[in-house]
Amino acid sequence: MKNILLVSLFLLFAFSANSQDVTKSLFNLPSVDIKNLNGEPFNTKDINNDGKPIIMTFWATWCKPCMKEHDAINEVYEEWVEETGVKLYAVSIDNARSSNRVMPTVNGKGWGFDVLLDPNGDLKRAMNVNIPPHTFIINGNGEVVWQHIGYLEGDEAEYIEIVEKVIAGKKID
Amino acid sequence: MKTLLLKSLTLLLVLISFASQAQNFLEGGKVNGNINIDAQYYSEDDKLGITDSTLNNRKFGMNAFGNVIYTNGDFSAGLRFESYLNPMLGFDDRFEGVGIPYWFAKYKVGTLEMTAGHFYEQFGSGLILRGWEEWTLGYDNNFYGFNARFSPVKGVMLKGLVGTQRYFWEPYEAGNRGIVRGVDGDFFLNDMFEGMAESKTKIDLGGSFVSKYEKVPSITYTIDSVYYIDSVKWTQQTTYQMNLPNNVGSWALRANIARGGFNLYAEYAEKGADPNATNDYIFKNGSAFYSTLSYSTKGLGIFLSTKWIDNMSYKSKLTESGNPAMLDINYLPAISKEHPYSLATVYPHATQPNGEFGLQGQIVYSMPKDSKIGGHYGTTLTFNYALAKSIEKDIITSDITGGIAGTDGYTTNFFSIGDLTYYQDINIMIEKKMSSKIKAKLAYFNQTYNKHVIEDNIYDDRNMVDANIAVLDLTYKFDRKNSLRTELQGLWTRQDDGDWAAILLEYNVSPTWFFSVQDEFNYGNPVNDLQVHYYNVSFGYTQKSNRFSVRYGRQREGLLCVGGVCRYVPASTGLTFTITSSF
Repeated sequence: MKNILLVSLFLLFAFSANSQDVTKSLFNLPSVDIKNLNGEPFNTKDINNDGKPIIMTFWATWCKPCMKEHDAINEVYEEWVEETGVKLYAVSIDNARSSNRVMPTVNGKGWGFDVLLDPNGDLKRAMNVNIPPHTFIINGNGEVVWQHIGYLEGDEAEYIEIVEKVIAGKKID
Repeated sequence: MKTLLLKSLTLLLVLISFASQAQNFLEGGKVNGNINIDAQYYSEDDKLGITDSTLNNRKFGMNAFGNVIYTNGDFSAGLRFESYLNPMLGFDDRFEGVGIPYWFAKYKVGTLEMTAGHFYEQFGSGLILRGWEEWTLGYDNNFYGFNARFSPVKGVMLKGLVGTQRYFWEPYEAGNRGIVRGVDGDFFLNDMFEGMAESKTKIDLGGSFVSKYEKVPSITYTIDSVYYIDSVKWTQQTTYQMNLPNNVGSWALRANIARGGFNLYAEYAEKGADPNATNDYIFKNGSAFYSTLSYSTKGLGIFLSTKWIDNMSYKSKLTESGNPAMLDINYLPAISKEHPYSLATVYPHATQPNGEFGLQGQIVYSMPKDSKIGGHYGTTLTFNYALAKSIEKDIITSDITGGIAGTDGYTTNFFSIGDLTYYQDINIMIEKKMSSKIKAKLAYFNQTYNKHVIEDNIYDDRNMVDANIAVLDLTYKFDRKNSLRTELQGLWTRQDDGDWAAILLEYNVSPTWFFSVQDEFNYGNPVNDLQVHYYNVSFGYTQKSNRFSVRYGRQREGLLCVGGVCRYVPASTGLTFTITSSF
């Protein structure tokens, strides 16, 4: 049993090594059925920004650093969009208990970015998010090129630096 | 179990190799995953009464998992490896072990998506079916079987599943727990009918049916009746066997109507006779109603939720009850706000599946920037009210069992509200950015907590806690990278453990370091020896998508709740090391 397990893991890793030689991306944005803010079905393959980078953050209404992160981004979001054309999708992982408070929270706070609902964690699992906040940067080809766990005051400055590097085609370390 | 796992892994490999041949696997495939390790070293602590024997000589606990997902186009396969060596304090001993409790292979062709293996699924808001996991709770009720999602025409989403559920590490064997079957449909009328495509009113209707099959145990009651014939005492023993159902069905209907800034969601569910250990083996049908009405526009968000739950515990094994919650087929959301401040979570709410009425309202209002009261940067106000009460019950008892078991249990009227308060929370928060450097949050909470109901399953009002909590949260930004956050919290109550005060200082260097010291002091505990400082020192380092943190200190005893499901966490002292990493 152990051997089979090891073999399967090895194969998975071997494939991953192989695939990462082909492109520098971490992984492709998966295609998962979630919902938009109005509760309508939304497949993540429909996420696009006309070839420009995308920031995706996972958050929840009960997550304190997430709320701080979004408040901070909201203050500079208009500038970001003007300067880089970046688009932010904030994916709420609030479950049935709190998913109905997402829209009132987003509007009440006056956040200007796109919000999606992942009430049973389908996208969260597909993107291996443990705990929110977890932020991804996706290039124009739908490839995840950078990710970051947690939020500390001021982290948003790093996000936009990475986005600028992606646009300029520079290496991200 | 070994053969089962062997078979499953072989299947996984076969599926992967098929996919590889079909789609030039080596070219486009990607692997991603993550690892999370929580390790704790426990110390003895006289103050908290922790000794090696209360720790069962387990000085070390570790809960860890790793996920690996392989994706290639519309095919993906993955697994989660878990280890509990030993389970950390507060996790059930039966978690001890290492293994793969979750693996899947999934593909999509056209609009059909099939999953084989383990999966999580939710119908509507989950009143009759929801599989989910929450690592911090040790909660995982995943389904093991097949799951299909199919969209025959635009606007219609059909789902179906058959599976068994996770129970610690115990593999499924015929008869050791039930089999769950379910179908669900979602119908987005505006997408289905061209005439409605342009309508400003958006309507979504849905319905589901779930059934569980179980090989039922035999539960019997024996009654002695004594009588005399010619002064000779005779005893007649009669044995009654409870007629437990093998199949328990449930259904739910739901609607979501949106127009402009308004949104109304309502769901009603009913469950057939399901005598089980949670409801004390009564035969009454269960029912549940859940609704939310919200209105929002830029700068203003309002919502009002209500729920009514009667006898809705639904598990795939009828004798299973208590903590930790296992084999739940459905999910009954607690409708109160989850608070991010520690003293506001000392008295949390947990859903009472045997009967509960709940109500919640919230208003979020952002005063515009540069307005008179909003100030230069604007101000956000949040008001929230939540209430949970009992439902009316007229008890029926049985001569055979001596209690409610074996009868319908009680009678009640739909949406009746009982006299007993389970929980109430009134809270208000003001968030204001004072200058480009200072952000402030001020919050007040008034909580009423029925300790008997929530912690001990005793349905009376003889152990009520009334607590007032205040929080001041200040962030000072020195420059783009350096910031200091302070939290001052107070909790005042005349009941339970009395008053608390808490202070937190957290210094952040974005995007890499954080350092914090925290103390929660139970200065008002009526028992002098229990006036304990729960101090903690922690340190964290983030490097790309790796996060390391080390914490030393005391953990307060209490309930840790996520989504209305709670886990009891015992007091402990020690060193905790956490690694979270994604790739």
